[in-house]
Amino acid sequence: MTTTEQARPSRLKAITAETKQLSFWAENAAPIGLVVLVIVFSILSPTFLTLGNIKAMLVAAAILVILAIGQAFVITTGGIDLSISATMTFGAIGFGLAFSNGAGFWLSALIAIVAAMLIGLINGLLIAKGKVTDFIATLGTLSVATGLALIVSNGKPISVNSPELLTLTSGSLGIFGYPIILAAIIAVGAWFFMFRTRFGLHVQAVGGNEESAVANGISATKIRMAVYLISAALAGVAALLLVARVGAAEPAINTQYLLNSIAAVVLGGVSLTGGKAKIVGPVIGALLLTALTNGLTLLGVSQFYQPLAVGLVVVLAALLTRFQKK
Amino acid sequence: MTDNYNFVPAAPHTGTTPARDFILKATDIKKSFGGVHALKGASMTMRRGEITALIGDNGAGKSTMVRCLSGIHRPDSGTIWLDGDDVTFETPNAARERGIETVHQNLALVEDLSVWQNFFLGREKTHGLGPFRTLDRKLMKSTAGDLLKNLAVNVPPVTSKVRRLSGGQRQAVAIARAAGWGSKIVIMDEPTAALGVQETARVEGVINTLRDSGVAVLLISHNFDQVMRLSDHVWVMRAGTAVAERRTLETDGDELVSLITGAKAA
Repeated sequence: MTTTEQARPSRLKAITAETKQLSFWAENAAPIGLVVLVIVFSILSPTFLTLGNIKAMLVAAAILVILAIGQAFVITTGGIDLSISATMTFGAIGFGLAFSNGAGFWLSALIAIVAAMLIGLINGLLIAKGKVTDFIATLGTLSVATGLALIVSNGKPISVNSPELLTLTSGSLGIFGYPIILAAIIAVGAWFFMFRTRFGLHVQAVGGNEESAVANGISATKIRMAVYLISAALAGVAALLLVARVGAAEPAINTQYLLNSIAAVVLGGVSLTGGKAKIVGPVIGALLLTALTNGLTLLGVSQFYQPLAVGLVVVLAALLTRFQKK
Repeated sequence: MTDNYNFVPAAPHTGTTPARDFILKATDIKKSFGGVHALKGASMTMRRGEITALIGDNGAGKSTMVRCLSGIHRPDSGTIWLDGDDVTFETPNAARERGIETVHQNLALVEDLSVWQNFFLGREKTHGLGPFRTLDRKLMKSTAGDLLKNLAVNVPPVTSKVRRLSGGQRQAVAIARAAGWGSKIVIMDEPTAALGVQETARVEGVINTLRDSGVAVLLISHNFDQVMRLSDHVWVMRAGTAVAERRTLETDGDELVSLITGAKAA
């Protein structure tokens, strides 16, 4: 009995001692930031913590959560996918074209994902086989995918009237809309793949030290191909949510999604140099960025200030990650 | 000490020792890179349960020899006999499958992964079927822990990241990993080059333990004291060939130096 009484305060002490170190804040920047934002916004705006608003926020966060997970796989290998939002747009246009030409929902959805993965395949071939720098390769495919989307859609939005998409975007279980449930399922699957399978371990190994990974018989080429395909496939899934949300497939550029997907990963404590995998962190990072935008809107802050706020948060988070424990 | 141990052949291996005592024989290995003849018909042997040292000046061909044995390079000509079988390795993995593991100078560890993850990297144990195969973390952690404990005195916890380990601990992890696959031969390239005095002593302890467990060790080292302390047998390379072999007990640092420089004929 005495031992448990002694153990408890010492454990509490250990936690409080940890909070005095900068690295504690750096490791947990995203959850702490999210809690702080929720507290501040709920004080400033009575509607922020209402069930209706929470539900709306979660639905709005779904696309970013899915993109951030895809981006997290790429960034864990030390790469970056700048084409992720353009790939999503390309997938969305693929869906719109297929659907307006009489393909059903499921076939159109499949076409959207395949179209997106085509961009991922190009990224993978360029980076893994062609040894082109990830930054340049995906910058190129960002432009290519955007251009292709404009060309095949003739620059016009394709309106989509699908009852399945309507269910996807408006259906819910309690306060959890279908989009965030889909995102949650993807997050659980991604966590499982990253931390419980050989593939995930190899992704981390290639990002951590490619030379050592290869010396142990891992094919860095295959792993790199795979992460860009995963990122693109998830962009394809996000495309479905995007079309459902807008009610049309638009050849828009969606730069905000690209920047926020990278920002969410950085907020989640993943180092851009690779090797340190996190899934929960980027998911919380995506929720945080959505909460930030939502809160500012509720407070009536001009739209112009939102990119500024997002930018400040990301730069702050990047500064904090410097103090992470090695 | 049996009689044939006292026999020092005038030329590289003459076949006096019964073949079964050799776990490895490399005969007349040649390897060129463009116009550079790195190995000009080098021959050497390794005996069962012994530490064999390979010494020589820079550019004598030690590294190329080791790379041929570990499957990184394919010899242009010559034969490698492992346990009486004619083997020539196409890839490092092929060499590993036959029981030859190499601890490279850079150790091939991933610093951001834990000790047990590094231990099984590329050869993970899984359970389940097909796409639902999951890592058998429990088995891998306990196996890595046991192998390390058997080999090293100062064992790091298997869940700690390699980044947090000292140089000697990293070396111990790399050696234990190489030894942990039922290997017949472990090749070590300058295992203590980057270590301090205490850490060197610990790693030498690890190498001795490995030998005592029956694994043949090929030690590449520039450190004569270390060679004298650890090895049972020494091969000297000069200018692309193995010029001499000695029982460690019957030689000394001075003789080895003169063999390396060529001041003394083999």
